[in-house]
Amino acid sequence: MGPYTRRRSKNAVVLGLSVAATGVGLGWLALILLSLLRESFFGLSLSVFTEMTPPPGADGGLLNPIVGSLIITALAVAIGTPLGLFAGTYMAEYGRYSYVTKVVRFINDILLSAPSIVVGLFVYEVLVRPMGHFSGFAGSVALAVIVVPVVVRTTEDMLLLVPRELREAASAIGMPLARMISHVSYRAARAGLITGVLLAIARVSGETAPLLFTALNNQFFSINLDQPMASLPAVIFQFALSPYQQWQRLAWIGALIITVAVLALSIAARVLARRKLT
Amino acid sequence: MTLAESATSTPPPLVAHAAPVSEGLAEKVSVRGLNFYYGDNRALKDVTVALYAGLVTAFIGPSGCGKSTFLRVLNRIYDLYPNQRAEGQVLLDNQDVLSSGQDLNLLRARVGMVFQKPTPFPMSIYENIAFGIRLYESLSKADMDARVESALRRAALWDEVKDKLGANGLSLSGGQQQRLCIARTVAIKPEVILLDEPCSALDPIATAKIEELIDELKSDYTIAIVTHNMQQAARVSDYTAFMFLGELVEFGPTTKIFTSPSERRTQDYITGRFG
Repeated sequence: MGPYTRRRSKNAVVLGLSVAATGVGLGWLALILLSLLRESFFGLSLSVFTEMTPPPGADGGLLNPIVGSLIITALAVAIGTPLGLFAGTYMAEYGRYSYVTKVVRFINDILLSAPSIVVGLFVYEVLVRPMGHFSGFAGSVALAVIVVPVVVRTTEDMLLLVPRELREAASAIGMPLARMISHVSYRAARAGLITGVLLAIARVSGETAPLLFTALNNQFFSINLDQPMASLPAVIFQFALSPYQQWQRLAWIGALIITVAVLALSIAARVLARRKLT
Repeated sequence: MTLAESATSTPPPLVAHAAPVSEGLAEKVSVRGLNFYYGDNRALKDVTVALYAGLVTAFIGPSGCGKSTFLRVLNRIYDLYPNQRAEGQVLLDNQDVLSSGQDLNLLRARVGMVFQKPTPFPMSIYENIAFGIRLYESLSKADMDARVESALRRAALWDEVKDKLGANGLSLSGGQQQRLCIARTVAIKPEVILLDEPCSALDPIATAKIEELIDELKSDYTIAIVTHNMQQAARVSDYTAFMFLGELVEFGPTTKIFTSPSERRTQDYITGRFG
């Protein structure tokens, strides 16, 4: 067997293994999605979006956790995105060569992979205990802590992708650094920056652990950030573990809603990332 | 005491072997004893040369000889990076450019630069030009329109883009993008224009247009051009500097450099024996 044939057969083996690995990965994903659809699809009705979570044994919907999730996530993004954008901007533009940036990047990477339950406990200690009660606001802060490192990372990465030549060209017409960042770097990296935020939203929208220690849950409709607030992940957690059939079905439907939302965000992020400036 | 610190005292005379006979020409930029370092690597060695007002000076030499580095000192664009430093004297109208008190943005408004790769900003054609002007002047809409038009006309781009000024600068072809970058540089009315291999990414037709443009521009500006193309240097420049391994080997009128260079290395390079 010559070297060429040997290389060919080696290629065939590795290719086969790669395809099998991909197949297994995608297979599980398909199974998860299929069982999710099977359990939840026929339970979908308008009442899911108009009625509150029911007491055990009664019918109801998911209006309060849907609204709660939207509020908590929106506030978390509102808190976390500016922090992340500013930090990432500092790291890529002002402090690109500084020691501070290296330290921040290292810590940010740790934060990025920190178990979210730790984040929940942390916010419980610094917010919930001093305030004396659970609150939607504390939930937002906990999710914001998860949003920040994601946005920091993508912001820095995307700004670093802006070509060196473009920065030099901006400097070469005497453009001050602040102008260059806002009018050249941000514009060139815009799609990437938005993608980062969308990915951060997708990341936090399924988080349960941090919310259990902070926003807790609420059987009733509440948009008061100072009070415990319902959220989809927390309701799924509670309802899925219950012995009541209606609750279990609502848990499945809640899972479907989160999945669809995350899917939509991911697609939006992909489309944005691919879209070139026209 | 470094050379930069001694800048306030009387400037040293031009080094004899590099100084051309150039009576009657005004030095717009005078460079004396310039050394440049990338970290510990010395990329320019004691370069002494001048850019004469209203003339085109070409810098030729093999890759890595320090031509681009030299250009990057004149507007201090190297300042963007750590560990790069210049020592010596670079005078723009007898004012030391290398002094720490130099306002870099004002310097760059006076010393414009066009790069090897076309680098339009991610904004409209109109904005690409107006943006730079707006940094230093506040013009009415009509005045701004006129400025943008005249810059585009000077860069021989107006006829091709006048109907799509709102289109993104990146939608233009490579040659058009490069002319847009030249227009952008011209628009802020610099005194000196540095061209760092402006045609290396362009086809012969676009190159010809840009060379015409250089000829056109030199009545108002002092121009330095780095090029790998010796025919181009011969075509567009009045003075030529030949650099090799960070040193300025020879500097003189272009016709002299290309017909009767006094240095052996220059002769070898322009006849294609090395480089």
